[in-house]
This record gives sequence, structure tokens and C-alpha cells, in this order.
Amino acid sequence: MNNNYEKSRRDFLRDCALGALAAGAGRFAFAADRSVNPSAASAERSKVVVARDASLYGASSTPDSARVQKLLDRAMQDFFESPDPVSPWKKLVHPDEVVGLKVNTIAGPGLSTHPVLVAAICERLQQAGVKPGNIVVWDRTNEELDRAGFPLSSDPNRIRFVGTDSKEIGYDDTVFTAGSVQTRLSKLLTRTCDCMINVPILKHHVMAGVTLALKNMYGVNNNPNKFHSNNCCPGVADLNLLLPIRNKFRFVVADAMTACFAEGPGYKPQFAWKYNGVMVASDPVAIDSIAWKIIESKRAERGLNTLVQAGTAPKYIAVAADPQHRLGTDDPNRIHLMEV
Amino acid sequence: MTHSLSRGRFTTALLLSSLFLACGCQHRSAASTTFFPESAEVPDWTKAPEVRTFSADKLSDYIDGDAEKYLKAGVRSVSTADYRFKGQVQVTVDVYTMSNADGAKAIFESEPAMDAKTPALGDAAWLYAQSLIFRKGPYLVRMVAYQDSPQLSEAMLSLGHAVERKLSR
Repeated sequence: MNNNYEKSRRDFLRDCALGALAAGAGRFAFAADRSVNPSAASAERSKVVVARDASLYGASSTPDSARVQKLLDRAMQDFFESPDPVSPWKKLVHPDEVVGLKVNTIAGPGLSTHPVLVAAICERLQQAGVKPGNIVVWDRTNEELDRAGFPLSSDPNRIRFVGTDSKEIGYDDTVFTAGSVQTRLSKLLTRTCDCMINVPILKHHVMAGVTLALKNMYGVNNNPNKFHSNNCCPGVADLNLLLPIRNKFRFVVADAMTACFAEGPGYKPQFAWKYNGVMVASDPVAIDSIAWKIIESKRAERGLNTLVQAGTAPKYIAVAADPQHRLGTDDPNRIHLMEV
Repeated sequence: MTHSLSRGRFTTALLLSSLFLACGCQHRSAASTTFFPESAEVPDWTKAPEVRTFSADKLSDYIDGDAEKYLKAGVRSVSTADYRFKGQVQVTVDVYTMSNADGAKAIFESEPAMDAKTPALGDAAWLYAQSLIFRKGPYLVRMVAYQDSPQLSEAMLSLGHAVERKLSR
């Protein structure tokens, strides 16, 4: 695979065409030998693993890096039923692929994807054979990445940390229609990366209700504000339906170490709590469904209304699972939740 | 001649500034004539030089989905600056300028108080271990700390009073 930022437009269009074929088959567009997600249309259950470590932070305000690595390994090994921590990553990515890690950094250092979790993922990716320069950690802007603690770098020989707003990146010229909204997608998604591992953070969202995997794609396009109406529904589902997103999406590794149960997505310490978890899944709808339950449980504990009562239920989750979208399942009977 | 040239440049600059603001934008300023106390003004607090300001139509670039609530309440802009308490604890201070006091009150009262203290600051205030929120007239001020520290809560209150004095000018 090439190491350049810019892939050819031909490559991009080819990817779209392949995606269309995959979508026609009702599947995520994973490489055939790397399909880990049960089809939304099949009877197979979607697995979601929630791994937690009560001692993740100890007495510190930041999670312990060694414990984070172990937590990630536990989650991944349980998901893939693997005896060692590297094999799961070999199943997920090919050593020659450019692997994008789409983090979520809009809330600053208090409530963004933790760099320590990203470091743990990068460690295993490299052990699985991915070259450092073929790992791209990215989000909307360099400023947000920097504020969240990621060391900006576009050095092609090292792990790259870049925002779409970098001079050499930007948004693709191709205009997509997501539902009723036209939008453009980051070239980091459409051209730079061969696949995307979604690395969101568990948060309440005053409009969407919940933000985790599906909502994290609002950091992929140029006009996320146009997708916020009606509790972000069907905006979230429509955006995730776009072929380049489905083509490149490979897996979710969600940061649930510090989460927020109210007044998100911004960081307000009084509404944040240490959940001490890492969640993994190949089905973004299923993992978002579990996220909803986690946030509701915490809200109940703190005496707050349910999201339904508050009028901000994440109704986009059901829409993402409906026959028009088929991005995964929200049916509890078809979600295999493993808490480890 | 020189005078008319300068006046022409001034007029051009003024027009460009107006256009810039009318278009909606994020701009940065190191100017000291802001809502934000400088480093020497409040003991133990150090201010980063940069102040960022987001106009209403760019608010979602800064606070994502939170923006809708502020827009409904008539936000005009938000200015934000970073501080350090005793050189260690990182704190962000946001000053939202609303169209009127009702807008600031609407935002303030939309959030659950969650066992907050209610110090005498501005028109109303909530103080937590790691955050302070208060409103004064058309302004809503939100201060959040990214780490905990002894005396932080009281120190944020001191900084809050200093911000309040700036708002009163």
C-alpha cells in the first residue's frame, strides 16, 4: 500500500464501487478474510465485550498504561477467543494496510479518547506487522488532537497524528448525499487509510442522547452541524450509511475509562465518572445499544430522568438497525454481551 | 496625504474586520483587553496567551452538539482561554456572551445542579470540586479543571471573581 497521503481518485472510486457491491450483499465491506461482524440480516448474534478494571486509575487522575494495555488485550482476546494478544489484530488488519484510528477529541483533555489507549492499540498493531508509518491517528483538527494530548506528526516513518484540517489533507471533492444532507468526507478516510478502527469515547450527548461509535463519524465529514436536527436522527444513521464509511470501517475499540452521564458531549467534571472500561465490537449499532444502557444505569444511580423521559433518547440507534440502513443490530436478543 | 492614506487603511481594516465578524469565524487574540484576568492578577493562576473566540455560527466547531442549546438561548459568541493553577492543574475558562440575561439564565438553569455549592458570585453560581459556572447579566461563565487538586475549588472561585470584575467593565 502506498504511504502517501493522497491516493488516486481512481482508487477512491474503485473503493466506492467495491463498497456498493458489499452493501448490496447487506454486509459491511470488510475484506473477505477479515469479516468479523455478523450480518445485520443474518441470525448470528453480534458480540460486544465490555472489559473493566476497577484499579485502572489507582490514585492518579490518568489511567495506568500497563493496566490499559492489559484491559485492551483482555477485551480483544475475549472477543476473538484468542490465546494471545497479537492474534486478534492479525485477524483485523493486513500488515500492508494503512490503518486509521479515528479518535474523538472535541471535548479536550477531560473527555477525549485517551492517548494511552491509542498507544496500546498502536503497540499491538505494530506487533501484528503494521509499519508505524502506516498507522494514522486522526480526527477533525490538529488543534483538537493536540489539546487531547496527541503528539502531532506527519512523519511517514512514524505513527502519524493528523487532523483533517492539515494543509495537505482536507475534505474530498466528492459530494455525498446522506439522507437529505450533502456532505464531504475527510481525505484521511477516503484516500489515506485502507481501513478504519473507530476509537470513540463513551458520552452522553444533549441532542443525540448517546455518543459512541456511530456518532463518532460526525468527525469524518465537513458539516456535522447539518446532521444535528431531530436528536441527530436519522442524521447519524444516514451518515454511517455512506459507502466510504462502511467500506473503511473495520472495528470499534471504545474508550469507556472516563465517561459522562449528562450534559455531554462537552467536558463538565460534575457529570463525568470513571467507568474504568474498554468496549470492543465489530457491530457499531450493537455497541451503541450497550452504551445507552450503561449511561441510563448511571443516570438512574444519580437520580436523573431516563433519556426517554428527557426527550433525548438515542433513536438513531434503531434507525441504524432498520431495513433501510442495516448497519447492525439493536435487538437485545441478537446482542451477545460479554462483561469481563 | 499621509493622514488620508492612514484613514483609508483604517477604513479598509474596519470593513475587513466587520466582514470577518459578519461571516462568522474563530479568531485568536493575544490581546489583554478581554474577559480574562492576566497571570499576575490572581495568585497561583497563570494564563496562556491565546484567547480563542467562536461566533454563533461556528459554535459547534467548539462544543459540538452542545451548540444547539446555546443557539436557542441566543448566544452571540464564546471566548475561551486556558489557565494553570500552581503551574499544574489545567483549567479552561469559557465566557459565553448571550443576547440578554434571560439567555444566560436559560443555559444556567438547564443543567442539573448535582449537589453544587452556591457561592455569592454574579447573578447566580454553582461550584463543584472541579468546575464553576456562573452567570452575570448576558454572560455565562464556565470553568472546568482537568485534574483535581487541594484548594482548587476555592481557587476557581477567586478566579471567577476576577472574571466577574472584567465583565462589569
